Amino acid sequence: MSPAVGLRDATAIVGIAQTPFAKHLEPPEAELACQVIVDACADAGIDPTEIGALSSYTMEGTEEVDIVRNLGCKEVTFFSQIGYGGGAGCAAVGQAALAVASGQAEVAVAWRSRKRGSGPRPWTSTSVQLRVPGQWTRPFGLLRPVDEIAMLTRRYMHEYGATRDHLANVAMAVRKHANRNPAATMYSKPMTRDDYMTSRWISEPLCLFDNCLETDGALACVIVSAERAKDLRQPPVYLHAFAQGLPAEHQTMVNYFNDDPLTGPAWACARRLWANAAFGPEDVDVAQIYDAFSPLILLSLEGYGFCKRGDAPGFTEDGNLEWGKGSLPVNTSGGGMSEAYVHGFNLINEGVKQLRGTSTAQVEGAETCLVTSGEGVPTSALLLRR
Amino acid sequence: MSNAAAFSGGYAVNRGPSVEGFLMPAADEQAAPFWQATKEGRLVIQACGNCGRLRHPPRPMCPSCYSTERTWKEMGRNGTVWSYVVPHPPLLEPYSSLAPYNVVVVELDEEPRIRFVGNLVEDADAPLDSVDPSTIRIGEPVEMVFRTFERADGSTEALPFWVRRRN
Repeated sequence: MSPAVGLRDATAIVGIAQTPFAKHLEPPEAELACQVIVDACADAGIDPTEIGALSSYTMEGTEEVDIVRNLGCKEVTFFSQIGYGGGAGCAAVGQAALAVASGQAEVAVAWRSRKRGSGPRPWTSTSVQLRVPGQWTRPFGLLRPVDEIAMLTRRYMHEYGATRDHLANVAMAVRKHANRNPAATMYSKPMTRDDYMTSRWISEPLCLFDNCLETDGALACVIVSAERAKDLRQPPVYLHAFAQGLPAEHQTMVNYFNDDPLTGPAWACARRLWANAAFGPEDVDVAQIYDAFSPLILLSLEGYGFCKRGDAPGFTEDGNLEWGKGSLPVNTSGGGMSEAYVHGFNLINEGVKQLRGTSTAQVEGAETCLVTSGEGVPTSALLLRR
Repeated sequence: MSNAAAFSGGYAVNRGPSVEGFLMPAADEQAAPFWQATKEGRLVIQACGNCGRLRHPPRPMCPSCYSTERTWKEMGRNGTVWSYVVPHPPLLEPYSSLAPYNVVVVELDEEPRIRFVGNLVEDADAPLDSVDPSTIRIGEPVEMVFRTFERADGSTEALPFWVRRRN
């Protein structure tokens, strides 16, 4: 694979913002989106009227035209929406960066605003008559994302000897990080191994604490060229590499229909990401790994090359994912499982905080951070450096 | 009789349970031959009309040779449990009334990379929750059977289920 270094360190994230995270926020999603973009621009010291590129998820409810009409943007010359739910987050930032690096715009914003806590679960709106791919799964009561990922998890446990203790290692690590983060939903709620083991089943082998939260919230970040970033208010966090990943014969969420279902989109994404980077997984100081469900972290640790295939369960042992203890602190804000579930965008902003030195679980001297989006769906990832 | 009760047996076999409340496949042009075959008690898998490559779920083009010629190959109904889950509420009705039940992924013995999602049940007309999930093992041999569901307008769908092979 030939490295394409055109994007490498060419852009930087210079502004971030987030709303409070809660089960219910009063303002509508569009208001949260506009407010958080204004706040991210203020963090960067850039006037929102300067925004020239907008990038978000196809599932985002606030359209570009509404952002522009509310924020008084003068002229937006690049806009993109990325599909596949939680796989989109890093690609929203990455495509915004591509727009800046290739001269399509000077100031780019990526964002996600979602009232998932207040609203209905998406799976409850399943149509009674099912076409591809639901016709092959839904009639049999495989209804929710948790059921779909639990199926891969059981197979993973069977093939590699992973146990619930390994999943608990993941859930407990991110909970400990949330317990340090006043903005996190689970800030004041410690969790013991016994709490984990005795929580109710959602879809065996996954229990309640293998699942992400349901959150109202919004986040945004601002991307400009590395050149412009030098003169702004915040220390620049450079976008070192970016990749998306859609492997052969992949089926979104129900990746059961190919030769090797346990090597999902993360593997394809990682190959391109590392090919475009000047450093490798051994040089990553801290990682923010998409965690709609705890087993996605195991799959991603292998896919992104932190350990060999089948070795992720052992990699979680002895607090190895924990801040102040392990070799790879993961989801240092609490992530989707213990800070907030905003389709993974909080992982991006936490990556920026780590490299600014402002995380509530600050990895001392952190210079590099991997941020990933959803595994089990066409995905994306960012390598950030300071 | 409640929908859940209907699904869990009690109707005459030749009539089948009502589909009301249960999620049913809609025959799109790619999958229609599969769902027609299940009504005849047959398992067919889409095959490339040019190179013969089997593919599932069905799709318009062969990813090996790009042919849009499509045929259907009748397959043996024996399979092996590849994985399984046991969903608990909250779920949609009537599934939630039957929970905890099992959902399995089975690979076909004749072509292991062809897999199906389904339920392991005691027999073709047994309830969705008729097998104790704690007895299910990855690797156990199973066989596809078909259960017919009837809509209010009299039209039917036949869904594949799985029973344990005893041989």
